[in-house]
Amino acid sequence: MTDTLIPVTTRKDWSSDQDVRWCPGCGDYSILAAVQLLMPELGIKREDTVFVSGIGCAARMPYYMNTYGMHTIHGRAPAIATGLALARPDLHVFVVSGDGDALSIGGNHLIHALRRNVDITILLFNNQIYGLTKGQYSPTSEVGKVTKSTPFGSLDHPFNPVSVAIGAEASFVARTHDMDRRHMMEVIRRAFEHKGASLVEIYQNCNVFNDAAFETITAKANRDDMLIPLRHGEPIRFGADGDKGVVIDSQRGAHLVDVADVGEDALLVHDETRDDPSVAFMLSRLATGPHEPTPIGVFRDVMRPDYGGGVEHQVAAARDERGPGDLGALLRSGAVWEVS
Amino acid sequence: MIIRFAGDSGDGMQLTGDRFTATSALYGNDLATLPDFPAEIRAPAGTIAGVSAFQVHISDHDITTPGDAPNVLVAMNPAALRSQLVRLAPGATIILNADAFDDRSLSKAGYTEDPRADGSLDGYTVYEVPMTSLTKGAVTPLGVKPRDAERSKNFFALGLVSWMYTRPVDATIEWIQRRFVARPEVAEANTVAFKAGHAFGETAELFDHPFEVKPATLPAGTYTNINGNTALAWGLIAASQLSGLPLFLGSYPITPASDILHELSKHKNFGVRTLQAEDEIAGIGAAVGAAYGGHLGVTTTSGPGMALKAETMGLAVNLELPLLVIDIQRGGPSTGLPTKTEQADLLMAFYGRHGEAPLPILAPRSPSHCFEVAIEAARIALEWRTPVVLLSDGYLANGTEPWRLPDVDELPDLSVTFATEPNHVGDDGEPTFWPYLRDPETLARAWALPGTPGLMHRIGGLEKEDGSGNISYDPANHERMVQLRAEKVARIADHIPPVEVHGDVDDADLLVVGWGSTWGAVDGAVSRARQAGHKVARAHLVHLNPFPPNLGEVVRRYPRVIVPEMNLGQLAHQLRAEFLVDARPVTKVRGVPFTAAELEQQIIDHLKDQA
Ligand code: SF4
Repeated sequence: MTDTLIPVTTRKDWSSDQDVRWCPGCGDYSILAAVQLLMPELGIKREDTVFVSGIGCAARMPYYMNTYGMHTIHGRAPAIATGLALARPDLHVFVVSGDGDALSIGGNHLIHALRRNVDITILLFNNQIYGLTKGQYSPTSEVGKVTKSTPFGSLDHPFNPVSVAIGAEASFVARTHDMDRRHMMEVIRRAFEHKGASLVEIYQNCNVFNDAAFETITAKANRDDMLIPLRHGEPIRFGADGDKGVVIDSQRGAHLVDVADVGEDALLVHDETRDDPSVAFMLSRLATGPHEPTPIGVFRDVMRPDYGGGVEHQVAAARDERGPGDLGALLRSGAVWEVS
Repeated sequence: MIIRFAGDSGDGMQLTGDRFTATSALYGNDLATLPDFPAEIRAPAGTIAGVSAFQVHISDHDITTPGDAPNVLVAMNPAALRSQLVRLAPGATIILNADAFDDRSLSKAGYTEDPRADGSLDGYTVYEVPMTSLTKGAVTPLGVKPRDAERSKNFFALGLVSWMYTRPVDATIEWIQRRFVARPEVAEANTVAFKAGHAFGETAELFDHPFEVKPATLPAGTYTNINGNTALAWGLIAASQLSGLPLFLGSYPITPASDILHELSKHKNFGVRTLQAEDEIAGIGAAVGAAYGGHLGVTTTSGPGMALKAETMGLAVNLELPLLVIDIQRGGPSTGLPTKTEQADLLMAFYGRHGEAPLPILAPRSPSHCFEVAIEAARIALEWRTPVVLLSDGYLANGTEPWRLPDVDELPDLSVTFATEPNHVGDDGEPTFWPYLRDPETLARAWALPGTPGLMHRIGGLEKEDGSGNISYDPANHERMVQLRAEKVARIADHIPPVEVHGDVDDADLLVVGWGSTWGAVDGAVSRARQAGHKVARAHLVHLNPFPPNLGEVVRRYPRVIVPEMNLGQLAHQLRAEFLVDARPVTKVRGVPFTAAELEQQIIDHLKDQA
């Protein structure tokens, strides 16, 4: 990364010349638009930006970004991005993944990238279905879901991606949805600005294999009552006139209340920066699925040393202490003897 | 191999040495022994004067003396270490009873500093084993008093060494029962301690394959003793320095490869970055990511990890990025024999990926040769933008030999040219960057690093259009790309040395083709057969894919070709397929290397065979 001026760019500059090939009406289009619109606002250069993806519909996104990009193999994007981010701390590394890619085949890499706090921004498109393989249930599909591979209904208990990330002690965890461009842009911007691993779950409609999965909470008419906006430092409340809210008590943990019943002062004030992840985890459990009032926004944003910074620090410290490596001296570092 | 057991005169070292000798004799080794009692029968315990030692020399061929310098020392206390260290061969293996290294024992032995910490054991392979406490832990549940329990520790040591050198177990247990028939509780304690030592060796995966060094006059130079894993790690550091690319290792711990991770993680001042990944797949994945960013990406593993890395190796073939995949082979399949050597991953290296995914394969022939081959593997990876598999094995990894240090100024230049400018003009007349435009001679693709202005591009595992690298499902394009990737690897043959033939080059009746760690045994066997009057030649392969350009001519030149390898005939299979010659496999899959005597016999048998 050079420190020359960041050129002024527009969405067009961040769009590649490749035709976008998602199904018409797919929620991925609005996520792509939000990202392409956001990029010129981030104060970074295209050549310093890399999108890394695995496999799935979402994983096509790097082809559409006029940046560097790598479309890799199923589930492994967080591992590959980890290597890239450690090798090149000057780059801005984004990972684009889906619910199957990130939480099924790649679950291991996801939790380890989060716990290590590698400086990458992970966008997890959650459509609760396998789209590219044409309609099998995913690790976020609800119990009982009838799909091609579960004609009698799915028996699998689903993951809640936000809970998984908080459980892995991710330093930044947020949720947004594909029907609200401004919210998406704001949350992804926050994720980008966070130093360390950040995970953004994006509810994304797959109109072909799982249409309207999030309609109950994301349709315009339903949002007021079904989305619980999390705002740092503010009491957590929702409803058209803020009549509902969230409280925590020792018996029931976090739960929903009518503000009129408990009084405004009893509401939980949202604190993203709380080091202990348990309150954020409780918030992630408020809804068992996108049919109940569901928190969106930033659950957690804490400062923790980022892994790459630690790696660079060790390299620099070793150089300070021992000087840059001297190969000849290395070869002679054991017992040596002369033969004449 | 010369093993020396040393301890206090009360530690029962003579008994231990005696028993190891008997077991080795049972095992069919030729051997000679040298008991070395303390001069003073009642010297104070823990002092140099009280050290009692017993030396065994075991070998696969005729020996007449108990040998000179021991290769292995079992030291039960600091005095034993101090008195015996001067005798050891350079690079010897030392197995210490760590429990005995307290301040009192150290000072009784005359040490002012702990030798384990002050660098005086550098250059040796040291295994610290808390023998006293482990023995007590094993024996006290039998109701033996702690003081008596400790007495069985020589049997713990015997069990440990029996594991490391694959000695039979049952005969020793029977012997213990007979020897202590009058004292069944002692027999029981010693048996339990012996089994505990054996089990510890297995669980901790301790092993040691001393590399047999030919007694030859060494050319002038500066020497050090080195094992294969250290040589490999240093070779990787050298390749990083020579290429100017920082070294990035993504690895998951696995026997017998972990020492490369350990060694590299010490050398951060060379700009080395090591990631102990969450699994084998992440190890290679991170290395691919780092390679994309312009580092020298490396992953190290053994057989089970190779299986897990296969998909990512295919990705690297398709991305055409430089990557080193280092497999320290061990006995398989599955967990197999983690501490035993084998060469059975060759065909996996050739074919163990889906689709047509050829990549270069190299194998070092001796511990120190790992240094040179690491550099050669990096040269090929960087110049041809390809993953390269380097096949070492457990024998090379842990075996030690004297190494004449190379002159670092004479190591090859591996510098890489990255794309910095557009290399194509698009349909719109604008200059653009095509990541899959190739060098017409090597077929290596253009390589632009992220961060390079104006060259933004996307690469991926989907089939790419020739040139532009855009996704392409076109059938003719796919066929062209499959052939281009294969042709690129095949053309490397024009840039590697021809295979050399040694021995009776012009009139041999039989050619021995070797690869990897069989080199020493093959060389010894061919020399002996020639001394006995047979006409024999040998050729040793370092480049296994592509083969050296003259290999076909060489293997067709001789009436008989045999291929000794520690598998069921994998290289022989490749030679037969590639060159239509009757290459005969000579196989051994017993977890231990060939001996020269075994191979000499094979040569003689095959010469008799008129078929
Ligand atoms: S299958 Fe679903 S997720 Fe995939 S592109 Fe089509 S609509 Fe989008």
